[in-house]
Amino acid sequence: MQRIINFVLRYRNAFLYAFFAFISLVMTIRSHSYHQSKFFNSSRWVTGSIYGAGSDVSSYFNLQEENKRLVEENQQLRTLLFNSQNDGAKEPLDSTLATYEVLDAKLVKNSYTSPRNYVTIDKGEKDGVHQDMGVITTDGILGIVENVSNNFATVQSVLNTKSNINAKIKGTEYFGSLIWDTNNFKVVQLIDIPRLVPLVVGDTIVTGGMSSIFPENVPIGIIKKYDLNASKSFYNIDVELFSDMANIKNVYLIENKDKEEIEELESRTIE
Amino acid sequence: MNNTLIINILRFVLLVLTQVLIFNNLNFLGFINPFIYVLFFYWYPIKGNRAIFMLTAFLLGLVIDIFSDTLALNALASVTIAYARPAIMRFCFGVNYDFQNFSFKNTTKVQRITFLAIIVLIHHLIFFSFEILSIAHILLILKKVFATGIVTLILCILFSSLFSPKSE
Repeated sequence: MQRIINFVLRYRNAFLYAFFAFISLVMTIRSHSYHQSKFFNSSRWVTGSIYGAGSDVSSYFNLQEENKRLVEENQQLRTLLFNSQNDGAKEPLDSTLATYEVLDAKLVKNSYTSPRNYVTIDKGEKDGVHQDMGVITTDGILGIVENVSNNFATVQSVLNTKSNINAKIKGTEYFGSLIWDTNNFKVVQLIDIPRLVPLVVGDTIVTGGMSSIFPENVPIGIIKKYDLNASKSFYNIDVELFSDMANIKNVYLIENKDKEEIEELESRTIE
Repeated sequence: MNNTLIINILRFVLLVLTQVLIFNNLNFLGFINPFIYVLFFYWYPIKGNRAIFMLTAFLLGLVIDIFSDTLALNALASVTIAYARPAIMRFCFGVNYDFQNFSFKNTTKVQRITFLAIIVLIHHLIFFSFEILSIAHILLILKKVFATGIVTLILCILFSSLFSPKSE
């Protein structure tokens, strides 16, 4: 017994190292396969507030550019509104009838260089944000809300190896999954599109209607390049994103009010 | 004694803030985000309790992980450096390191840069290997290790000569 104690005491640093390394390894490997840790993420109060303070300062540097982008989007939406046949659009929308509700938020932390990117936004539970809301930018999609604290939320970006979003080719009903191979932050991959689908470089990819997170037909990007996969039955498509992931400030959160009903129904069906 | 404690706490906080607010957003050439906080392991007092050093290293890594949503990757790399530091120092500074009155003052610049370079190399190797965790991407890992490592090393040398601790 004495010897065992002496042995442990002699190599206590090695044991301590093994202990810390074991904890870190378990956390690291878990983060590869499971969801982001509920507790240790940047939506927490301390981290969120520090990022918020940092982004308050840095947001002044590209205020002008950001304003221009928002005005351009407004102009587009106005054009759509005035040219739509439905002249009732000017009346206030009945919020009880709308399926989708849109919230606005600002990024306080962006990230696009790691294989698993998460961004942090400045809206949280207090503002009605909850898990699995879709997040879009003025140009395209950004990701899905993963963790929420009182004042902040983290968003799993499409630039994340764990991300898997339903997408389709615009104007058709052929849908596949949008994934990312970590090589280039401007390009994501669309897989599982059957071989018989006619494809053209430059076709637009939009979100599909199979998920209850994003509304149908939110723009994602255009086809940059495509080839057949190993089994020669499906396409691997490189999609160039519309949103510039390196330069995002204002984002919109989308809530699908029918989501709970759809999910409940689906889970009942599977049982 | 009290003085070094305060200096180290201050260092800890300042390095975390510089790392997460400035260097994590650098994205130089699209992917290079240098890990400037490894300077902590270079500056940490040489004669000290190793257990406390490892605990501090783990906390430092974990705090940076929480900020950058890379769970426990920095913690793993930091703890490894903290554990291996005496061996690295013996390798860089030779037998001098074992003497009681050893300090950075009686080492050459080349020795110190080698020491820093080894710390950076080990940190980056562990960080990027476990971040990607796939042997198929070995070239990508090496590319990231060397590109980021060189930038980190240059910045660390600049910082260490700017804020060289005179009292130690």
